[in-house]
Amino acid sequence: MTDPAVDPIHQFQIHDIFTLGEVGGVQFAMTNSSVFMIAIVVLISGFLILSTSGRGLVPTRWQSAAELMYELVASTLRNSAGTEGMRFFPFVFSIFAFVLAANVIGLVPYFMTVTSHLVITAALALLVIFTVIVYGLMRNGLGFFKLFLPSGLPVAIAPFIAIIEVLSFLSRPVSLSLRLFGNMLAGHIVLKVFAGFIVTLTAAGVGGWFAGILPLGMTVALTALETLVAVLQAYVFTILTCVYLNDAIHPSH
Amino acid sequence: MAQQQIDAHTEVAGHGGGEGGHASFPPFDPNTFGSQLLWLAITFGLLYYIMSKVALPRIANILEVRRDRIASDLGEAERLKRETDEAIASYEESLAEARQKAHGIANTARDEAKSHIEAEFAKVEADVASQISEADKKIAAVKDAAMGEVDAIATSTTSAILEQILGSSVAEKEVSKAVSTAKAN
Repeated sequence: MTDPAVDPIHQFQIHDIFTLGEVGGVQFAMTNSSVFMIAIVVLISGFLILSTSGRGLVPTRWQSAAELMYELVASTLRNSAGTEGMRFFPFVFSIFAFVLAANVIGLVPYFMTVTSHLVITAALALLVIFTVIVYGLMRNGLGFFKLFLPSGLPVAIAPFIAIIEVLSFLSRPVSLSLRLFGNMLAGHIVLKVFAGFIVTLTAAGVGGWFAGILPLGMTVALTALETLVAVLQAYVFTILTCVYLNDAIHPSH
Repeated sequence: MAQQQIDAHTEVAGHGGGEGGHASFPPFDPNTFGSQLLWLAITFGLLYYIMSKVALPRIANILEVRRDRIASDLGEAERLKRETDEAIASYEESLAEARQKAHGIANTARDEAKSHIEAEFAKVEADVASQISEADKKIAAVKDAAMGEVDAIATSTTSAILEQILGSSVAEKEVSKAVSTAKAN
């Protein structure tokens, strides 16, 4: 067994704090991941509610930040899905806030990155896709399937295009979940590998102390990059959610 | 059996490793899926509830109040500006009126003064003219009188000279006749 200090996979370990029981052969437990999910909700809710408690006409810095976040998601959703898409605003905002908080919290050393687990990102992606399918069918009925058949297409190539469109639609949840999962996983592994070099080198003596400066610099640079990736991936997830929701509202191309 | 599984799971977790019958790569360990999905459902549901019921309506309300306030402030500013423009216009109008009135007053005063001066001037001129004509008359009278006296003086002087030359007096009638003849020449 490798030393947890240098093992890059160790950080993704989910361990139970206490078990909750088992239903139909599936075990449920309070885990470190659960703690961070709760932390995410507390952090976001605390931030948004406390910062806007003054309801200032002239916003404070904190209120400004909350308004900025609101306006960012609102304008993203309005630009891609139109005014009608605003009915999904709480949903899209929750996704953005959840993913953003999970990604950013995960940057803190020793903190669990909730979104570095495929099951979480896949669940979120499927939630988005099912919302698209259910709302699309509710709103447009069978007209929703026009999504797979762009108008003004020659009859000869229509079946091929339809197949491609269906495949692209089915690949959406896969790409949506894998993108976020892969970015978070890979980034944290690379960070941990370079941080592990420092530990290994400093254990090697005085020469190692100096050599350790190189991976330290790399770790600092990677932390900056990962911060960018954390915020960017949350935004990418959100904007793709908006684009997919637009398909549910306006299925004809 | 179930208890055993949980024990095995917690034991592995406690060791921090990924072995012992479980997938070695934690993100693909299906034993954790149940817990993760359960907690995701709870926390995401809670987050959605708090966002949609508390946080987002509050921010929306703040933004709306601000937008309304800005709109009403702009309206108020517009109104005040219009009022100011009106006040300036009426001020300019009354200023122009006053200026015109002042101009009229000045004109009247000037005209009055002018006519007054002209009347005075005419009066003085008439006065002076009458004085001049009177003086002329006086001068003419004095001149006539002097002229009359010149005849007498010339006659007496001539008779005195003739008396001295001739040694006898000449008739006064003759002398005066000669004098008037000389004068006519």
